[in-house]
Amino acid sequence: MTPGTYRPGTSLVHRAPAGAKLAGLAGVSAVALAATSPGTVAAVVGAVAALYAVAGVGLRAAWAQVRPLRLVVPVLLAVQWLTLGPVPALVLTSRLVALVALAGLVLLTTRTSAVLAAIGRGLRPLARVGVDVGRLALVLSLAVRCVPVVTALAHRVRDACRARGRERDVRAYAVPLVVGGLRQADALGDALRARGLDD
Amino acid sequence: MIARAVAAARRRNADRGARTPGAAPPVPADAVPSGVVPAGVVPADAATGCVVRLEDVHVRLGGRDVLRGVDVELTERRVGIVGANGSGKSTLARLLNGLVVPTAGRVLVDGLDTRRDGAAVRRRVGFVFTDPDAQIVMPTVAEDVAYSVRGVPASERDRIVRDALAARGLAHHADHPAHLLSGGQKQLLALTSVLAARPRLVVADEPTTLLDLRNTRRFAAELAALPQQVVLVSHDLTLMDAMDRVLVVDDGRVVADDAPGPAVAHYRRLVDEAAPASRRGAS
Repeated sequence: MTPGTYRPGTSLVHRAPAGAKLAGLAGVSAVALAATSPGTVAAVVGAVAALYAVAGVGLRAAWAQVRPLRLVVPVLLAVQWLTLGPVPALVLTSRLVALVALAGLVLLTTRTSAVLAAIGRGLRPLARVGVDVGRLALVLSLAVRCVPVVTALAHRVRDACRARGRERDVRAYAVPLVVGGLRQADALGDALRARGLDD
Repeated sequence: MIARAVAAARRRNADRGARTPGAAPPVPADAVPSGVVPAGVVPADAATGCVVRLEDVHVRLGGRDVLRGVDVELTERRVGIVGANGSGKSTLARLLNGLVVPTAGRVLVDGLDTRRDGAAVRRRVGFVFTDPDAQIVMPTVAEDVAYSVRGVPASERDRIVRDALAARGLAHHADHPAHLLSGGQKQLLALTSVLAARPRLVVADEPTTLLDLRNTRRFAAELAALPQQVVLVSHDLTLMDAMDRVLVVDDGRVVADDAPGPAVAHYRRLVDEAAPASRRGAS
């Protein structure tokens, strides 16, 4: 399961407005990053765990959010344990895991469209200084859409390299990936135009 | 990549004189045949097809003459286009909604010139591409359909999206990321998103090339059931049987324009004649 993939649900966390969730995430992050006392960090960890329980997304989904940290956290913990001692090491690493988990929970319980709409609303004041906020929101949507497309392209290129025994050749990997990406971009441009972008 | 896609779309729109939002495209009086819906009016009845006219159309792309003098008028409900790779048939399809504009000659859709009134033409003419991954522009299934529905309140838009997805058996996937759909479902989503904009003509450029037999049949059945006028470009000659008229494109020209039977027979003869005699004997 990919981190940050929306999982439909009807819990309180799901129903909370996207803007409030994003603001809450920012607020909790600020508090957690400023805090150094074990009590505050324990409270943040407890609150995140409670929110996961309320959202009812399950342990597997929770693990998927923090899974990318599984290689970093042990190293970080070990280094800080040796340099700062056990308590600061545990405080620093557990708040990192808690914040990543909380960000993951926001994405798990909020439709991408709602996140983008909330960001769009947040950016609206920029329209006064000439920023095209609608265009910015479209670009954000396209970015989210393009991640799996480019990932699939990268897999195809890697397989093609392997099939020809060139898995270690950086150029044989990079050139088709870039060319393929640009072609995909041109095709997407045609599709956007066919579907009435700028009408 | 995204910046390139958006910039490409905008640049090409600017090149072709796309109108500013909300402004009705001017229509020259002589270009509108009597009885045709004026520009800017959303068609009330999707089943009323378009009159598409190509007048001595030449297209030169990348230093190559892709189309060399095409003169046709398309009014039939089902028009098929067949031809070899590189014959110009995809370019011919792209001319119909202004994705490609003629180097010489002109293309008129209900009297609207695709060069001047590209945006208005694209509101009438929906386009299904070969690769659904290149035309699904939003992260989730419902969002992609919603992108086609504009100018209505959010609640009305959600209802239209729900109905559209239900009609193609995609309702259960509404909130799923589009990339998790199967190839067949992706192409159905692409068609659903095109139809949500209520076009009067649907142009499909080899829409079944990436699909297996079952999904090809399913997609063909969906196309056949559409009330809209359809122009279908395909290498699958079995799909041509359901057409009212088939154009055969070869080397940038329409070399046959007939009922499906004679047109497909003409295309087969062309392929046979082009193949070396030794291979012909082997097949």
